[in-house]
Amino acid sequence: MIQTNQILETLRMIDQEKLDVRTITMGISLFNCVCDDVQRLASRVYSRIARQAEGLVRVGEEIEREFGVPIVNKRISVTPISLITGAVDDPMPVARALDRAAHETGVNFIGGYSALVQKGMTAADRRLISSIPQALSETELMCSSVNVASTRAGIDMDAVRLCGEAVKSLAEKTKDQDGLGCAKLVIFSNAVEDNPFMAGAFHGPGEGDCAVSVGVSGPGVVKRALESVRGEPFDTVAETIKKTAFRITRVGQLVAMEASRRLGVPFGIVDLSLAPTPAIGDSVAHILEEMGLEKCGTHGSTAALALLNDAVKKGGVMASSHVGGLSGAFIPVSEDIGMIEAAACGALTLDKLEAMTCVCSVGLDMIAVPGDTSAATVSAIIADEAAIGMINGKTTAVRVIPAPGKQVGDYVEFGGLLGRAPVIPVHPFSSDDFIARGGRIPAPLHSLRN
Amino acid sequence: MKGAIRLKQVSKAVVTVLGFDRKGIIAKVSHVLFDRGINILDISQTIVDGFFNMMMVVDISEPTCSFDELQDDLIRLGKAMGLQIRIQKNEIFEAMHQI
Repeated sequence: MIQTNQILETLRMIDQEKLDVRTITMGISLFNCVCDDVQRLASRVYSRIARQAEGLVRVGEEIEREFGVPIVNKRISVTPISLITGAVDDPMPVARALDRAAHETGVNFIGGYSALVQKGMTAADRRLISSIPQALSETELMCSSVNVASTRAGIDMDAVRLCGEAVKSLAEKTKDQDGLGCAKLVIFSNAVEDNPFMAGAFHGPGEGDCAVSVGVSGPGVVKRALESVRGEPFDTVAETIKKTAFRITRVGQLVAMEASRRLGVPFGIVDLSLAPTPAIGDSVAHILEEMGLEKCGTHGSTAALALLNDAVKKGGVMASSHVGGLSGAFIPVSEDIGMIEAAACGALTLDKLEAMTCVCSVGLDMIAVPGDTSAATVSAIIADEAAIGMINGKTTAVRVIPAPGKQVGDYVEFGGLLGRAPVIPVHPFSSDDFIARGGRIPAPLHSLRN
Repeated sequence: MKGAIRLKQVSKAVVTVLGFDRKGIIAKVSHVLFDRGINILDISQTIVDGFFNMMMVVDISEPTCSFDELQDDLIRLGKAMGLQIRIQKNEIFEAMHQI
């Protein structure tokens, strides 16, 4: 029988510490929509998604009410669109169909306007990447990603160059909204096929017809737990995080199994994540500061984040039957009040963030840089991050916003879960000739593991 | 299997009531539950500095209404009495606190 104090603890986690399930994401394969007539292709894509995800939002809301735990987002991820547009000249009608399907089903986002080009680009991949600025500026709920590198394949520097240009062009096309379009585009190294989190979610080609996955959250719960072990050694800190992560993940597993059963769709994975929001008390940066750092970004931040990331996985893995996605602590700047404060006061720099991405779940995320940052510099930031992912065999990503017309010290304002961010400086020295080379950076020696 | 005793699958939920103490809280909550065919399995309450804290474990296997209707009834009662009343399926507590 459940004890009174356990019930109260659960209620406190939900009410005061902002425990929530960040997302239920339905992954949908679109391979059965393939067609060489773009209008028919778009129409099939729309129908397939609208039919498959018809009950997603309703079921999510039911589970939310019955278990009393907030489920913040309901989302859809689809097969990377470049894989189903090989026989058509223009992927834009498919982009519009995805956005319409997202509106029709009532989800918060749809992800998968994507290309996987770590080894090279097909004509369809090139068409898709060059259409990203238009596609993301003309749609509302659609997200896009490009995988430009992997440990096995190395880094496709031609794709890195194109992606830098796409980020710049997208910022310009959405300049009325501070470059909001860039918040919907992620450039990956070692992208995962079952990530439920936006903007990088897509339903990988190795996945089945359909699956539901869940991404959990709960930085506030971890912060609160650590408040009770102030001054104690790191062994105790790690154990405390593990126990907390176990509880958070069990909620995610429960929600995932319920959603799978009610929707009649196989369960995919639980993503063991600590995903912050701009709300007070929901910050990953504040967890690091609770460990004894005056401000996130100061010396010690990378070690603190490494411990946190590892303990979250160790605690969560036993709580779920299938763990996947990105799994770890996210460090998006604009979406985390502690990161915003740390970046604003100069404690957190782009270089320190890059170091922290070596040990966190993903990469440089939701960072505003000056509007006059060149496409080559954006590409070089992407290349650095891709190299970290490639060499360390982990997922890394870049989601930066070269904020149009803004300088260091200005703010970009997106609102909602995307938050706000101070514009932070990039290095003023050119990387133009480096990016102009193109070609491929070969895969590292340790890719040869057979 | 012939002759085997089939245990009835019990579906449980937890009702929590938080707010300032006043007369008739348990009576009114119990009345709503009774009206909806809900059996109370366990009940505990504490009052700290006039702040009322009650938890009920209830059997919702044979309700006479949907879970949503029951939840709406309890929320309405909570609003009328100035209390926060919630009902949540038991699984969330079990998932979080039991291995």
